[in-house]
Amino acid sequence: MPLTDAQITALKARAKQLRYDIIDITGWSGGAHIGGALSLVEILVILYDHYLTIDPARPDWPERDRLVVSKGHAGIGYAALLARKGYFDFELLRDFNKFKSPFGMHLDGNKVRGVDASTGSLGHGLSMALGMALGARVQGQSWRTYCILGDGECNEGSVWEAAMATAHFKAVNLTTFVDRNRLMIDGPTEEVMGLEPLADKWRAFGFEVREVDGHDFSALAEAIDFSRSHTDAPVVIIAHTVKGKGVDFMENDVRWHYGGLDTDLIARAKASVEKLYA
Amino acid sequence: MSEGLTWTVYDADAMTQAEIYGQVLCDLGQRHPEIVGLSADLAKSTKIGCFGDRFPQRFFNVGIAEQNLFGVAAGLAKAGLVPFVSTMAVFTSLRAAEQVRTDICYQNLNVKIIATHSGSSFGQAGTTHHCTEDLAVMRSFANMTVIAPADGIETANAVRAAFAWPGPVYIRIGRSFEPRFYDSEDYGFQIGRAIELHPGTDATLICCGVTVRPAVEAAKVLSQEDGLSVRVLNVHTLKPLDEAAVMRAVTETRRILIFEDHNTVGGLGTAVADVIAASGKGCAFVKTGVPDCFCEVGYPEDLQSHYGLDTDGIIARVRETMNLEFEADEDWEDEV
Ligand SMILES: Cc1ncc(C[n+]2csc(CCOP(=O)(O)OP(=O)(O)O)c2C)c(N)n1
Repeated sequence: MPLTDAQITALKARAKQLRYDIIDITGWSGGAHIGGALSLVEILVILYDHYLTIDPARPDWPERDRLVVSKGHAGIGYAALLARKGYFDFELLRDFNKFKSPFGMHLDGNKVRGVDASTGSLGHGLSMALGMALGARVQGQSWRTYCILGDGECNEGSVWEAAMATAHFKAVNLTTFVDRNRLMIDGPTEEVMGLEPLADKWRAFGFEVREVDGHDFSALAEAIDFSRSHTDAPVVIIAHTVKGKGVDFMENDVRWHYGGLDTDLIARAKASVEKLYA
Repeated sequence: MSEGLTWTVYDADAMTQAEIYGQVLCDLGQRHPEIVGLSADLAKSTKIGCFGDRFPQRFFNVGIAEQNLFGVAAGLAKAGLVPFVSTMAVFTSLRAAEQVRTDICYQNLNVKIIATHSGSSFGQAGTTHHCTEDLAVMRSFANMTVIAPADGIETANAVRAAFAWPGPVYIRIGRSFEPRFYDSEDYGFQIGRAIELHPGTDATLICCGVTVRPAVEAAKVLSQEDGLSVRVLNVHTLKPLDEAAVMRAVTETRRILIFEDHNTVGGLGTAVADVIAASGKGCAFVKTGVPDCFCEVGYPEDLQSHYGLDTDGIIARVRETMNLEFEADEDWEDEV
């Protein structure tokens, strides 16, 4: 079902909050992968607010939906969202990166409530997500698994081993996203290691492909709805996004893959987010 | 060190560990067209990117694909080139372990690996980016030479020595925020030859990498405050290990303490223990490192202090060890 205006307004408010949170945590942590956390905001928000069947009071509830954030370096955004969802106290994130904190840049599922898989080494997530999806099938369970990949991450051969197997096993209870922000660390994806034609690659591996604006909630909802109803083949949603989205001096700037923010930059970053939602 | 002068042109004070090696590699590349460079979307972070900027035709960034990275390096070596490959230690020694073992070591290829962010040096990133296993893994690969330099200056020496040394070499460095230890490169670095940095007869601290500097500081404090005579060995090469230096330390000091930013399983401590066990000599023996657990999250300084690898931790461990009982061989003195 298409999103209503009221739903979109609510989702936008959540997204704005998450962008603020990401900026704050980057400040507290001393340094974090802020660019790729900002590109992911709408995908995370719509999944948690609209699609995932979860219970933050029971993170281990066996019948919950699963999410594998395979681009684990988006940990600051992921952690902030889990906190806002009630998995743990947001204030704990002030210790992000600090000694003995449960929160390192890449979230540890044994330490952080609500994290279904510990990720951070790129190219592991889709395999684990496929295992979870097959696990649901084997046990006759109806929960669904979602996986979010980075586009640079799709350089890893293991992503394609998992893709081949996902189609082979017809794991249609798995929805895969690619956060197609076109940047990695050393530069634009097409300069460092060309991925195009990316959609055709996924098709050749047996996927049904949807390409959407990854910051447009309605478009994301349509694609996710499609993935949930399509049973001929697994669906990958290539979400065209902007790395650093919402912070003007970070957008599309590869240098903001990872960085720290002082008070001045935090104020500038927040002012920019404010403008985005004005 | 006939080429020594060339290497002092850089400003070691202003450069990080990795920047120094990047510079050294560029200088080597200038004179040796057979050198090629490779990375996996970490050209900037590992600083091999300066080689890439200087010699774009001889540099390959394969994207985020470490298995491919080491496989391609093997092919380049087979084609007669000398690849220098740089990515994080964890992705080198674990993700691409089989490519390094089977493609590079098994074929005994001339590939030089500079693995960054090792140990707890990227502690805030969490377990996926910690690497407290690489020394154990790399040591176990036949044909591999394993070096863990103490700082950027020693890294420069190691990189040059690796080029001159046949076969695969693994050089393990940190994230490059580590403080400098050596003042100059001219201290006689040789692969496989441990360096005595502080003389002593009561105990020997055997170190590599980031623990070298605090160990020397600890030895000075222990001499002043406790009147102890503590030897410090920088065992920068884990393989081939300087067995003679280890055995001299055993016979002359009888207390051996290992400090390494690595799991206590399989690294420097295990390498040294093997030598001592095979010798039949008894001594007090204490390993300090990450005690077979996944390392906590935190900044490297905090983690090093937590695991007893900073100056205070080392001093405390030496004091404890002085009281340890061990069985002395009656004929021991004759054999020294
Ligand atoms: C196996 C592995 N290799 C290298 C890295 C280091 N690394 C962290 S993020 C990153 C770039 C990721 O690019 P992309 O997937 O496009 O993510 P995004 O641009 O959305 O942040 C790299 C190379 C890693 N985490 N894992």
